[in-house]
Amino acid sequence: MHIVPSQPQNLAISALRSRHRIALTLSPNRLAALIVVGILVLGFLPFVKLGLVANGIIFGSVIALGAIGLTLVYGILKLGNFAHGDYMAFGAYVAFFVVDGILPRAGIHGAGLGPFTFGFPVLVALPLSAIVVALGAIALDSLIYRRLRDRGASTAILMMASLGVAIAIRGLVQLIWSGDTQHYPRESRQVYHLPMDVRIPPDGLFVAIVAVILVAGVYVLLTYTKMGKAMRATSDNPSLALVTGINTKHVVWWTWGIGGALAAVAGVLLAVVQAQLLPIMGWKFLIPLFAAVILGGIGNPRGALIGALVVGVSMEVSTQWINPSYKPAVAFAIMIGVLLARPRGIFGDSQ
Amino acid sequence: MDIGGVIDYLVGFAIMAMIYAIFTLGLNVHWGFTGLFNIGIAGFFALGAYTSALLTSPPPDPEQFEDFVFGGDLAHYGFLDWGIDAWFFLGIAAAAAVCGIVALMIGSITLRLNDDYLSIATLGIAESVRLFFLNEKWAANGSKGLYRIPKFLGDLIPAESYDYLYVVVVLVVLAILFVAVQRAARSPWGRVLRAIREDEVTTAASGKYVFHYKLQSFVFGAMIMGTGGALFAHHVRFLSPLTFDPLLATFVIWAMLMVGGSGNNFGAVLGAFVVWGVWAGTQFLPGIFADPSFRLLMIGVLIVAIMLVRPGGLLGEWRRMVAGSQVEAASREASDPK
Repeated sequence: MHIVPSQPQNLAISALRSRHRIALTLSPNRLAALIVVGILVLGFLPFVKLGLVANGIIFGSVIALGAIGLTLVYGILKLGNFAHGDYMAFGAYVAFFVVDGILPRAGIHGAGLGPFTFGFPVLVALPLSAIVVALGAIALDSLIYRRLRDRGASTAILMMASLGVAIAIRGLVQLIWSGDTQHYPRESRQVYHLPMDVRIPPDGLFVAIVAVILVAGVYVLLTYTKMGKAMRATSDNPSLALVTGINTKHVVWWTWGIGGALAAVAGVLLAVVQAQLLPIMGWKFLIPLFAAVILGGIGNPRGALIGALVVGVSMEVSTQWINPSYKPAVAFAIMIGVLLARPRGIFGDSQ
Repeated sequence: MDIGGVIDYLVGFAIMAMIYAIFTLGLNVHWGFTGLFNIGIAGFFALGAYTSALLTSPPPDPEQFEDFVFGGDLAHYGFLDWGIDAWFFLGIAAAAAVCGIVALMIGSITLRLNDDYLSIATLGIAESVRLFFLNEKWAANGSKGLYRIPKFLGDLIPAESYDYLYVVVVLVVLAILFVAVQRAARSPWGRVLRAIREDEVTTAASGKYVFHYKLQSFVFGAMIMGTGGALFAHHVRFLSPLTFDPLLATFVIWAMLMVGGSGNNFGAVLGAFVVWGVWAGTQFLPGIFADPSFRLLMIGVLIVAIMLVRPGGLLGEWRRMVAGSQVEAASREASDPK
């Protein structure tokens, strides 16, 4: 009786380890791809404005926060969540509600904190919104997705439901806050001038720092905590995870919690960087999000991070040659290119 | 009450409902029969509408004030200046062909992979098509849009009775497409599609090349959507990139199919009429019902509710309704742990 359960556990752990190793080894195939990409990047570099690269990294870190949550949900729950962009938008609006509706009554308001355009209230609203959206995501799961999963619904049905959720959230946001542009209270601030004509707005720096802290936090959580290991094991092989005694219910909660919280933060940061909130901002963000997730390989948070940076930088750098409004189309083109060349993502195993 | 006005309104309503019914039929081919998840209907809608409008438009007329002031000097833009002025049905055929080609390209990339990739890709097409028509002024006058799109039979018919003629045109096209889809669905080809929807692996194991069937279905459905877009262009006679927002060009059509029942062509047409009826009818209600945000919310809730309660749609596929309920009961018994 005791021998049988221990075997799958070993398997699950060795699956985790072997995956770890795969990501580090270089097959000739991957080496060739890396060399091609390297030559392309190095060849283009002299012609690229560094300022655009810097913007791209800032934009990419917002994408990364959304994409890591999306890829976790996608990998663990087998759900390409079309509502993820709208979770972001909802998070941004919850923060707006805190900044605009709650804190002023307590006498807290202000803008232009130090070098940043936004004020202290946004810093308060950021974690609050993350908590609200995380709980909301968990609640929506038990209301909708868990029932569908229990019924053995196909991925398509799950995604269809998430499309409905996306539409409903956007409708709700528009109904409550109207479809007009809003923004957090702000004061204009000087941008940092760096050598080589690089200009970075302080807000961008803030965004990048928050993103780095959160991504590091997620990395630690996934790599070293028991829950993180359970999540990765579930992503690798759900039925194997179940027989090894992993509490998949808790895994689901944590997945939505992390995904929702990261999405909310990404939404607030997007609203800070773009200096505006619009109900459609999340839906419009879906293409870069999915491009990053697919580039990094579905279910692979590290891949999503790198994919997000690649997509973000490409979208910004492309504006040097083509009309900036084509940025989403650039992300789409990257995605199609990846699907053509390496459908499992640049870090996926080429089975 | 003015009877003439009421009839005019009903004819206008019927035209729009039938155009939506065409889109719903196209979506039924994708989702209802094959299980292909297309959330970029707006892309094919816009592509079809613009293709037909551009091909049938005459060259800009120097005597038309609008062409040079309101539209911003159309004669300086490449495509419009040619003024191809093609025959109405040629425009519609071209619209279907262009959508078919785009579907072929995207489908051949994504349909070999997991199902979900197609849906993400269709989202990308819709956005790219919108961006193209918004930014490429030479192609379709950018954000100012196209206007005075030619009518069927041109100026032979007086403007005030155009709708009465056009409703017949749309009805004929809808009838042809309906029969075509219905026959296709009942043919061996259609049976393979439904087999793919139910179980891809088994279908492949019975010797069907799943990818080809999926691709054919995707192209077929997209061509129907292109036809619908073309008919829309010659009805509304004004197009701008804003016409094709996801709410009216994608989500409403999903709601129509969900209400009608996926896999059921009669249901698809019925769903289009019912949802468009509710949509148009509630416009006159006071208060929150006419609010587009509330409508958006309701469509979302409707889709989620149908997925939870009856994933096959309200009517469902007719033959499955009887057999399906027994299967459902059996599976519920089997899966119920208590």
